[in-house]
Amino acid sequence: MSEPILIINNLKKYFPLKRSLKQVLTFKKAGYVKAVDGVTFNVKKGEIFCLVGESGCGKTTTGRLIARLINPTGGEMYFKPKPEILELVPDRYIYKGKYVKLEKLPSNIDKLLRREIQIIFQDPFGSLNPRQTVYSILEEPLLIHGLGKTKDERTEIIYRALTEVKITPPDEFIGRYPHMLSGGQRQRVAIARTLVLRPSMIVADEPVSMLDVSIRAEILQLMLDLKESRQLTYVFITHDLAVAAYLCDRIAVMYLGKIVEIAPTNEIINNPNHPYTKALLAAVPEPDPSNRFKIREIPIIGEVPSAANVPPGCRFHTRCPYAMDICKKKEPDYIEVGTEHYSACWLNAKESKT
Amino acid sequence: MTLLEVRNLKVYYYTFKGVVKAVDEVSFDLKEGEVLGIAGESGCGKSTLAYGIMRLVPPPGKVAGGKIRLAGYDITSMSEDEIRGNIRWKVVSMVFQGAMNALNPVYTVGHQLAEPLIYHKGVPKREALEQASKMLRAVGLTPDILRRYPHELSGGMKQRVVIAMALILNPKLIIADEPTTALDVVIQAQIMNLFKKIKKEYRQSMIFITHDLSLIAEIADKVAIMYGGKIVEYGTSDDIYLRPMHPYTQGLLRSIPRLRGKEKITWIPGVPPDLRRPPPGCRFAPRCPHVMDVCRRKDPKLKEVEPGHYVACWLY
Repeated sequence: MSEPILIINNLKKYFPLKRSLKQVLTFKKAGYVKAVDGVTFNVKKGEIFCLVGESGCGKTTTGRLIARLINPTGGEMYFKPKPEILELVPDRYIYKGKYVKLEKLPSNIDKLLRREIQIIFQDPFGSLNPRQTVYSILEEPLLIHGLGKTKDERTEIIYRALTEVKITPPDEFIGRYPHMLSGGQRQRVAIARTLVLRPSMIVADEPVSMLDVSIRAEILQLMLDLKESRQLTYVFITHDLAVAAYLCDRIAVMYLGKIVEIAPTNEIINNPNHPYTKALLAAVPEPDPSNRFKIREIPIIGEVPSAANVPPGCRFHTRCPYAMDICKKKEPDYIEVGTEHYSACWLNAKESKT
Repeated sequence: MTLLEVRNLKVYYYTFKGVVKAVDEVSFDLKEGEVLGIAGESGCGKSTLAYGIMRLVPPPGKVAGGKIRLAGYDITSMSEDEIRGNIRWKVVSMVFQGAMNALNPVYTVGHQLAEPLIYHKGVPKREALEQASKMLRAVGLTPDILRRYPHELSGGMKQRVVIAMALILNPKLIIADEPTTALDVVIQAQIMNLFKKIKKEYRQSMIFITHDLSLIAEIADKVAIMYGGKIVEYGTSDDIYLRPMHPYTQGLLRSIPRLRGKEKITWIPGVPPDLRRPPPGCRFAPRCPHVMDVCRRKDPKLKEVEPGHYVACWLY
């Protein structure tokens, strides 16, 4: 539980903006959307690590970077694969005896590592090919990675994965197309698709937000069970703090491409430090009928500014109720405010000086 | 005073593959100044019910039976012209799901806000724009937005404009259909605060439709839980949240993860019924943990179990 399986250091992803004709003619430089702008964290083996934030905060982009669906603009990622995978990696790509730097690798090694980190997408209606049967959806990754030499072996792996995600009996489902499945079943097929490759880590990008409330819990429980039986590590991405609180061991709160606060779940929920985290927590609705008599105090104003035009200094200062002069000029560093609890806010710096 | 009276309402969709009974024998009342929350999973008929009250059921859907009385008008028997001239927007207006698409991208906000005043009330344009700017202030926006186009506004601002539109003719009833689904939590909380303010300051009657029981707790005085086109439980907010009786309501409440408190959440096994061929008897029977023989044969009627608390379940 203690050793990191994934180390992320100052990870960045900038998306270039299109220039207008006028900008091209006047040789103006292209602007960037700084979707992820210097994110640093570790994910420990066997934990559920959560990225929380509003839309546009860069949480999904971070997930896609970890799954290596897109290449980072800067920063490093180190990943510790399973011993049997590590054996196959030549020494020159290995750091500290057990980590592989995720960057441009020769394609055969790259493939091995892609097997280790898999991703579940938000929308099970869009992530499964409507023209493939469940069987061929699950067989494709095996064929690509050359797992399961014979058809029988592959079928066995597929049946096992389907049984694990409780799509039973598998016989009844392998011939079906995605439209013949319910939303919950589709998401379970998407989970089975990651399992057939026996990954060490799964990036789950809002896996339950498109599902009805009554079946959400079922998928969450399934993910918890699989974590135990398959010894998985999750990077769980969600906008819903209640789901994060229920499921995760540690939570990182993101705002405009940066992590503003990172701590064990209990600390984030009961002892939040950053004004943004506090506001997010205050905004979560709860099924308590007495709430109808009170107005919720949401201490922050306005909406998230555009990531193409990030405010200088602390990027939250435009909405922060405690904004001071320094917030507009300098970006705050992370300060340890509790055990494993880091927050990037000038309010803490001021306290420590006095 | 009763503002809205819905009796045995049936809204069916006549598709080639059969009749979808989206709303089937639904009855409820709404008093003036009250907020009714309607909750249920996708496909339970909650939006169709709203369209039925607005007389906006899209084809091939039709109101197949039942009565709706709203502020003394018999909505079900009026002609489309009467509805358009006297009812829709004047008596009942709606905040649609997805504010992003509810506004016309080629007209300014001012034009769209003033339009109902010009057409319904014959107010001169300048005056209409003045009223529109007052309305914008009431929903927490600045009047300079009048000259802006929808794409220049953020999601939360657009949602506020849509709410201003629903309020502009001072209707007796506002129906809000998933008004915050596309918004972030912080903006969602701000919009909910706005609804609370409207409820308090204007004593506005509202029907608030969402799949999220936590949101309904934020605003509703009465709550109706829908399942498979029927209301399965109806009562005050306290009844539903503190003393839920129907197994479906209990299951729904247990499936919501809480921020604090580590109770294990559970789920309701199975899937909602196909409304073309609903199961005989109680529609929840195939998923119900307490199912009995009678549930599979006969459909339970809504029954008053405590004063004001109605449940459709053979257990009671």
